[in-house]
Amino acid sequence: MVQAVQRYVGGRVLRKEDSRLLTGRGRYVDDLALAGMVWMAVVRSPYAHARIKAVDVAPARDMPGVVAALSGDDLASEWAGPLPCVWPVTEDIKMPQHWPVAKDKVRYMGDAVAVVVATSRALACDAAEAVQVEYEPLPAVTDVEAAMAEDAPLVHEDLGTNKSFTWSHGGVGDVEGTFAKAPVVVKERYWHPRLIPNAMEPRGVLVQPGLSQGDFTMWSATQIPHVAKVTLAMVTGISEAKLRVVAPEVGGGFGSKLDIYAEEALCLALARRLQRPVKWIEERSENYLATIHGRGVLQDMELAATEDGKLLAIRAKLIADMGAYFQLITPGIPMLGAWLYGGCYKADAYWFEYTGVFTNQTPTDAYRGAGRPEATYAIERAMDALARRVGKDPAEVRRMNFIPPFSEPTALVTGLQADSGDYEATLDRALELAGYDELRKEQKARLDRKDAKLLGIGISTYIENCGWAPSSLLGAIRYAGGGWDSASVRVLPTGKVEVFTGTSPHGQGHETTWSQIVADGLGIPFDDIEVFHGDTAVSPLGFDTYGSRSLAVGGVALKMATDKVVDKARKLAAHELEVAEVDLDYESGRFSVKGAPKQARSIPELAFTAWQAHNLPPGLDPNLEASATFDPPNFTFPSGAHICAVEVDTETGKVDFLKYVAVDDCGTVINPMIVDGQVQGGIAQGIAEAMYEEAIYDENGILLTSSMMNYLVPSAVEIPVATLDRTVTPSSTNSMGVKGIGEAGTIAAPPAVLNAVADALSPLGVTDLQMPVSPQRVWHAIKNATGRNGGPA
Amino acid sequence: MIPAEFNYEVADSVDHALSLLAGYGPEAKLLAGGHSLIPMMKLRFARPSALVDIGRIAALSYVEQDDGHIRIGAGTRHHDVHHSPLIEAGCPLLSFTAGLIGDPQVRHKGTIGGSVAHGDPASDLPTVLLALDAEFVLTGSGGATRVVPASDFFKGFFETAIGPEEILTEIRVPKLGASSGWSYLKFSRRAQDWAIVGVAAIVERSNGGIGSARVALTNMGATPLRASSVEQALAGAERDAIPAAAAMAPEGTSPTSDTNAGANYRRHLADVLVGRAVEEALGGP
Repeated sequence: MVQAVQRYVGGRVLRKEDSRLLTGRGRYVDDLALAGMVWMAVVRSPYAHARIKAVDVAPARDMPGVVAALSGDDLASEWAGPLPCVWPVTEDIKMPQHWPVAKDKVRYMGDAVAVVVATSRALACDAAEAVQVEYEPLPAVTDVEAAMAEDAPLVHEDLGTNKSFTWSHGGVGDVEGTFAKAPVVVKERYWHPRLIPNAMEPRGVLVQPGLSQGDFTMWSATQIPHVAKVTLAMVTGISEAKLRVVAPEVGGGFGSKLDIYAEEALCLALARRLQRPVKWIEERSENYLATIHGRGVLQDMELAATEDGKLLAIRAKLIADMGAYFQLITPGIPMLGAWLYGGCYKADAYWFEYTGVFTNQTPTDAYRGAGRPEATYAIERAMDALARRVGKDPAEVRRMNFIPPFSEPTALVTGLQADSGDYEATLDRALELAGYDELRKEQKARLDRKDAKLLGIGISTYIENCGWAPSSLLGAIRYAGGGWDSASVRVLPTGKVEVFTGTSPHGQGHETTWSQIVADGLGIPFDDIEVFHGDTAVSPLGFDTYGSRSLAVGGVALKMATDKVVDKARKLAAHELEVAEVDLDYESGRFSVKGAPKQARSIPELAFTAWQAHNLPPGLDPNLEASATFDPPNFTFPSGAHICAVEVDTETGKVDFLKYVAVDDCGTVINPMIVDGQVQGGIAQGIAEAMYEEAIYDENGILLTSSMMNYLVPSAVEIPVATLDRTVTPSSTNSMGVKGIGEAGTIAAPPAVLNAVADALSPLGVTDLQMPVSPQRVWHAIKNATGRNGGPA
Repeated sequence: MIPAEFNYEVADSVDHALSLLAGYGPEAKLLAGGHSLIPMMKLRFARPSALVDIGRIAALSYVEQDDGHIRIGAGTRHHDVHHSPLIEAGCPLLSFTAGLIGDPQVRHKGTIGGSVAHGDPASDLPTVLLALDAEFVLTGSGGATRVVPASDFFKGFFETAIGPEEILTEIRVPKLGASSGWSYLKFSRRAQDWAIVGVAAIVERSNGGIGSARVALTNMGATPLRASSVEQALAGAERDAIPAAAAMAPEGTSPTSDTNAGANYRRHLADVLVGRAVEEALGGP
């Protein structure tokens, strides 16, 4: 049993990454340049749906500095397979083929129709403009319900329908019977607009062909270098052993870089074809069209309950907008929430199903939270609707339905076994921090004095399941990859440490957190530890970073590898000190003989002798080095309670925050500062979704919110500083007790905000409110409910 | 996000800029802070043959005063307008409003002249200058100048009285007196955005009531607009006349609909905001 004194774990250790990132010394893809490098630009469709009658690349090809100009047909021979979708969720799913450049038809605004390559970025942009494409515009379909109509234009004619699949959870209990008999049934309909992920760094790719050996190095602004290596080998036909993928500094992803994109395949194919390094850097306006969107989900949510507000059954049916093609895991995104529509509440029966539909819009895929914000929004807003229906306080209705505290796996109504939880404790703490009773008094006082600015209080008590595993379960839900991850720890002869991880951070601070784990495990100074990641030539095989999995899977693997190093060091220490292993104490990287503490060996000393290998015990290999993989037996289930108070100007519809409180439980915390950052950032992104962001297309499939001028990413000015606190309920899924926290804020915040606005407006009779709650939408809601142009209740 | 090819010239004086403009012809554009033109060029919506950069002409950046006016060089940055003690003392409405434009980076680059010359009805400064009855000095070849009052300056959507071979060189603003109250209310979803609707109000107080009022609207038509009906209804009126006067704010407007707000919502906001702005300008009872 390893007993390391904890010095770094649990501490607000400043991030190793920050000195280089904050002083502009981080090296992103766009900072890389190679001799002989040429630039790719992509010619994109201005139409959402059109037949390609002709592509004339000659005017571009003849321009000075242009190296190549190629249509989809010209490139057809480059592909060994289409772009990958690795989650065919049902056996009968209708899967379109998705080629890097369209050949017959364009299916969304921004679909690629040709590429040009030139000696500078500016020349490539000019040449792309010169390519002549003749389109025959076709009617577009942008609405998920309209897409399922008999006479809807078909996005993929060969599939014969826009409906790709319906996936069902299968149900628990007597759903029909419970709803039929229930005294109270709440029926709600929610729309989750499309969201544009807006990572601070757009995508970018640089491919270097190794001229003599047929090998390729690809630098890509990606979350998934390991997955990219496997899948792009299949798309391009390049031997996987000759493909090295590097994710250098990556400026955020939020799921949008958890994908395999046409431009990655194109740069590889063009570098192979031209035998020159090829670079492509996404423009922001391209990012809005050609990088995946999130959400785009229509929900019919029903609760059955008693007159007291006791939950009996949940039934959720979704239609999900897939966009024009499947990207890497498009069809599976709503399934990530399939077991969460019951929230953290007891019930007897459960039903969940969703239908995936093609539309003439940018493909959707994972966006921070992916499936779980949708689920949490539905159950948390419906719980408020239930509270209103039975005339109870929303806190009380939640409290009476909570699953009681538990520390060992316990079944949710959806059938999953949650790892641990204490939902009432987080709610109690949040109510206390929010000053809930005072807020309710203030709310009533404003109503009584007919104040034009009403106060609303919103509660969201969430759980989510992250760190998707075990791998066997992923196989059972038809996901092609695994859920494990890996790590290696190498103590060098001088006592410095190299850590290799299968995770691929892009802002999360793994270099810091991973160093904290190893520093405590080995008693090595934090600064003596280097963490290597995101380079398939260096890091072990792994499944990269997304879905709040890195710490709960890769971090635990790292702890296991660290423990293995200690175990090996103990054998060597016992051998050198000529005692039995059980006679050694271990503390802070030092083995000492029980009762004779001066007889000791430190980890660095042992690393040196292990490297010398002059005197190893029989059977012990040289070097202090170990690897481990971890395939968790279950998810982790972070939980929490978010409460916000808003002021709604009933005359203008403007919503302002008075207070935002978040009490989260992510089990054991390695670095509270980083956790706070994840939560505050997640809340900001959740508020953005709740109040500001929405990708709006017109009926022809033209993206109207095509830049940051009208797609409203809020700035720091608009976002309240949340009061943060935590409860700690260690996970039973892993030895460290850790749970994911990367998406919790984004999952919890939207229903807290919408519940608050709905709470403020319910005295006016407002019942239907959708995201984002823009001032205009609030004004319309008031007008529809009261017939008046705003004003107090 | 990569503009089409263009020539770039730095002018070291107004005369130099005018001769460069004449040389390049109508496809050339003046560049000051660049915060309106460059975004359009990056999207290739604007494709000028040449940019004549007047942003480095030091002589265009000044704030001075004479008896009744403050005179502001067209090249004065929003940040400097916002922080000018002269403007704050003589026309606090203008310095306040300059602080609402964009964000600090924009305010350090963007200029008052650029904002006025661009003629964007969603910009804040043109509205405020219209309410203030400001005057604009235009300089043509040979240094000839003419003065255009704000009421004659804004001709249409992105259209002003500036001739093809003229440069806006100075903005003249009458000082507000001690009896003047003012307000600018900017309604936007994000602090950095253009106004969905903005309202500038200047009230001459008289015995606790309103002597006269000047009210102008941002983003309620193709140009900044004076709310004449509101002004007439408020002339010589008491405080309780404000709601009925404000309800006239939408008269004569033609607001657009976009992804932030429909025309009807803009009309409603104009009503609400005019009422609030006049109240604020009049001050506490």
